[in-house]
Amino acid sequence: MARLTTTLLMATALVATAACSKKHPEVLPPAPGAAPEQTQPTGPQGPVGDAVVPGSSADFKRSVTSDTVHFGLDQSDIDDTARGILDTQVAWLARYPNVRITIEGHCDERGTREYNLALGDRRANAAKNYLASRGVDASRITTISYGKERPIALGSDEEAWAQNRRAVTVVLSQ
Amino acid sequence: MKLKGKALSMRSIALLSALLLASAAPAQDVPPTPLRPPAQPPAAQAPGGAPPPLEVSVTGGISAPMPIAIPAMPTTQVMNTPAGSTDALGRQLADIVTNDLKSSGLFTPLPPAQLRTVMYPEVTAPAFSYWGGSGAQALVQGFIRANGDGTLTVGCYLYDVSAQTELMRQGFVVPPSEWRRAGHKCADMVYTRLTGEGPYFDSRVVYVSETGPKAHRTKRLAIMDQDGANHRFLTNGQSIVLTPRFAPNQQSIVYMSFINDKPAIYVYNIGSGTQHLVTSPERLTFAPRFSPDGRWIIFSMSTGANTNIYRVPTSGGTPQRLTNSPGISTGGSYSPDGSKIVFESDRSGTQQLYVMNADGSNQQRISFGGGRYATPVWSPRGDLIAFTKIGGAFRIGIMSPNGSGEKLLTNSWQDEGPSWSPNGRVLMFFRQGRGNAGKADLWSVDLTGVNERRIPTPLDGSDPGWGPLRP
Repeated sequence: MARLTTTLLMATALVATAACSKKHPEVLPPAPGAAPEQTQPTGPQGPVGDAVVPGSSADFKRSVTSDTVHFGLDQSDIDDTARGILDTQVAWLARYPNVRITIEGHCDERGTREYNLALGDRRANAAKNYLASRGVDASRITTISYGKERPIALGSDEEAWAQNRRAVTVVLSQ
Repeated sequence: MKLKGKALSMRSIALLSALLLASAAPAQDVPPTPLRPPAQPPAAQAPGGAPPPLEVSVTGGISAPMPIAIPAMPTTQVMNTPAGSTDALGRQLADIVTNDLKSSGLFTPLPPAQLRTVMYPEVTAPAFSYWGGSGAQALVQGFIRANGDGTLTVGCYLYDVSAQTELMRQGFVVPPSEWRRAGHKCADMVYTRLTGEGPYFDSRVVYVSETGPKAHRTKRLAIMDQDGANHRFLTNGQSIVLTPRFAPNQQSIVYMSFINDKPAIYVYNIGSGTQHLVTSPERLTFAPRFSPDGRWIIFSMSTGANTNIYRVPTSGGTPQRLTNSPGISTGGSYSPDGSKIVFESDRSGTQQLYVMNADGSNQQRISFGGGRYATPVWSPRGDLIAFTKIGGAFRIGIMSPNGSGEKLLTNSWQDEGPSWSPNGRVLMFFRQGRGNAGKADLWSVDLTGVNERRIPTPLDGSDPGWGPLRP
């Protein structure tokens, strides 16, 4: 489960990065009703991919812009981009008022271990406070700081560090 | 019950040493030990002058290490013990002493080919003529004997080769399970006598053993002797564990664990393998360390925005806040007399070092160099504070408690988290490699900045906590 989450998060981050660094215009979405035939699974099992339970972690991830917001070096303020992302989380959380979440705060590897635990806690709480300010009941939100213990990007370069300075919203299974 | 027995026999080491040597060393077939050197000085001695005292310079720079001979220690009688046969143990004891002294960087043990086989009667009557020609300035001889009660006696003798005198002797009685400690005690005797520095070889290290991919490291609490022997894992790796530090009595370890995804501070009892929670997981608590008298645990607690330093009685109770500043104050470490605390805080804008009284009063910034300073640790001698200096790379440095005399000891990509040897002369830290394949390893460096060495561990390692000298 943990591994699956990591993989999903990594995929999200990679997509985000790819999107950011791309200078070409985005690929146009396929015309409605013109879904290519070959992408439809034809095996005896039938399609299972769309069986997403409303209010679940999978539902959250496909409903929000991102489950992750990023921070500047040694910073913990929620910038405009982060606000936009968190607002989509607020909307989803409003639809499922019984769902509880935890926010993980993370840091890049350029801080010392103990300082980063404190900084990660600040980031998680900054995200939590923003959600609460937008009407999400704070009692639904727990936080945990991982400091630099759980990087998502493994390089030792600016791009990896930027990805690792993050707060990740995780929907808790009910 | 096993523990109690252990503790008793170990305590007896020091107490019995004098007594035992009187009876243990010279058996009936051994000539009486000459307590005084032969009257005539060696031929090479300058006329009229007494031989210069044999000593190793430890004051900075790269001084030539002292050549020293450490032949295998003979046994009075070959006997099988739970630790092995006594003749094999005698060879391994010499290896332990050799390895310890060599690791200090202050000695060059003679290679095995230049050592002669020492028979038991020779232990107290060295073949000075041979050793004089070997180039060794000092000679360590010893013996091992299995006692009727199941214990082992190890005798350790230090000689000045050119003066042909005995400098010191000690005897140690150990249970077979702790036979290596006799070797470390012998090395400590030699080191202390020849350098004037305090002993440190008979000590242990707790640290975090690491393995697995960088994105999901498995971290386990582990304990080992200072030389890497007797390695043992204490936790199973299901939860992240960080920053273990010994209690002054060495019976427990305080550390941070993410057990049940609720990071908090725990005290782990080494003897029983049990642990208890010290701080409430309601809020993030971390960076724990014992006070020198063991009565307090100092730690950091985040309130979401700010992190401050607190202390709580080791026996439990209500935490007392010591700092009250906006920003992140963490990494508290007591002075050896318990009167002061050094810590790091970014209240000025960047991480810097501060010293305050143990009750939190009189907080003074002590670091003013360029860059950031983190993870301060007060030397057990009281004279220095070691830290991680952040200026792009992480480096290990030292400064005096008033902030003067800053000196950086290492120069790598990421060296972090120094921990002092019991005598305040060596620092152990962890070195993180760069990038995806980067792993962390334990290293040590002399406080003069020389003799950088990797500490062998079965897996990768970080967060070393060097324990006090064992009793």
